[in-house]
Amino acid sequence: ENVDPQKTAFLLRKAWTLYSVTPLYRFHRARLRDYARLLSAFIAAEKQKGLAVEVGVELDIKVAVSSLADLRGSEQDQAAVLVQLSLRSRASSRNSEDKLVWSGWFCSVYGDDLSENVPEDFTCLPLFLTHGAESYTSMVGSWFQKTFDCCFRRLAISPLNLSWMVAMWAGCKLDRAASAVELVFSVPRLSQPLDISYAIHPEDAKALWDTVQKTPGEITQEEVDVFMDCLYAHFHRHFKIHLSAAKLVKVSTAVASAHCDGIVKILHRQYLPGVLMLLTELAISQIQ
Amino acid sequence: HLATSLPLPSERDHFRPRIDLIVFMIDIKSKYSLKNVEASLAHVDASFFLGKVCFLVTGAGRVNACSIETNAICKLGEAYCSPVLFCELELEGVRFATAQRLLRMLQICAGHIPGVSALSFVSLMKNSDDD
Repeated sequence: ENVDPQKTAFLLRKAWTLYSVTPLYRFHRARLRDYARLLSAFIAAEKQKGLAVEVGVELDIKVAVSSLADLRGSEQDQAAVLVQLSLRSRASSRNSEDKLVWSGWFCSVYGDDLSENVPEDFTCLPLFLTHGAESYTSMVGSWFQKTFDCCFRRLAISPLNLSWMVAMWAGCKLDRAASAVELVFSVPRLSQPLDISYAIHPEDAKALWDTVQKTPGEITQEEVDVFMDCLYAHFHRHFKIHLSAAKLVKVSTAVASAHCDGIVKILHRQYLPGVLMLLTELAISQIQ
Repeated sequence: HLATSLPLPSERDHFRPRIDLIVFMIDIKSKYSLKNVEASLAHVDASFFLGKVCFLVTGAGRVNACSIETNAICKLGEAYCSPVLFCELELEGVRFATAQRLLRMLQICAGHIPGVSALSFVSLMKNSDDD
């Protein structure tokens, strides 16, 4: 877990869309450059077909595929694989820098549950995170699916899992002043959609979690329930609204934020492995 | 008869017919519905738990909208010795099948099926669950 901060800086403070990926068949780390070339050709072909992202503009897409050796949990995990798409404008090809338009990375952090039970030719990288236009995501996804016989699915996060995340992350010890802990609820069955945002001072949230958690380093469903019940009761006392009847759609803490549509933002480098481990677990349970 | 919580208002007690079956509905998307059911259970006479109570969990098809752990509901069923049924109300076929099941249970609880009592039926369901 001694990850070089420089290499992982690009992960932080970006909204990543999550997918679960089934194991890749005959993926060879030595062939990353070949894969980049093949993917680049595939994207060019797709553009020829008229499925171009930006119609009417002559642009070259440069593909880079690299391995992130340190981004993993245990030795059993495969190292993360990063795919980056950059735009190279033909007009001023010499001086202009390539503009990064899309990134996606596959990773596995403590994904032993999956990798243990998989035959030899398969590479397990169950979590896929993307940032950039959906059209690029779909092209990259199609190419990987065709080439490695794998299957991508959007990773949705249930209110149950979101409450685990907010309890875990609100309890994290942070050296700097932290931002508020925020929970966003969507109220069902109304003619006009209504969202309720509940913001809690981070120190209060941490203090509450500290009274609830019995064993440091261990979290149980009961403890998460008690934590959430306290928050709901507090809100009800003030506003006479039962948040427990609404749907928890987004949680935000200084460590990370997560939305039920499967979008996360990781804000704090120290807790990156912990967050990725939780997301890997969610991806694996969606696959199985 | 539908009620949002128990106890039922006492003013209408003498108009009310005999209660043969109580179905507690829990919406898997609403933690509140579970709390409400747990609070209402306290108002039910113990004799009902001999086969005249059942838990119906709705929204069971939506794994991604779960606000309640299924384990917690099954434990509730075990604690109150009552069966737990899962259904997705929005699917017509499932809705219809569940309604038929409940109707069948009601017939047994009301004593309309000779030879089968509510208690024997619920222990039959329990045994088949354990298998």
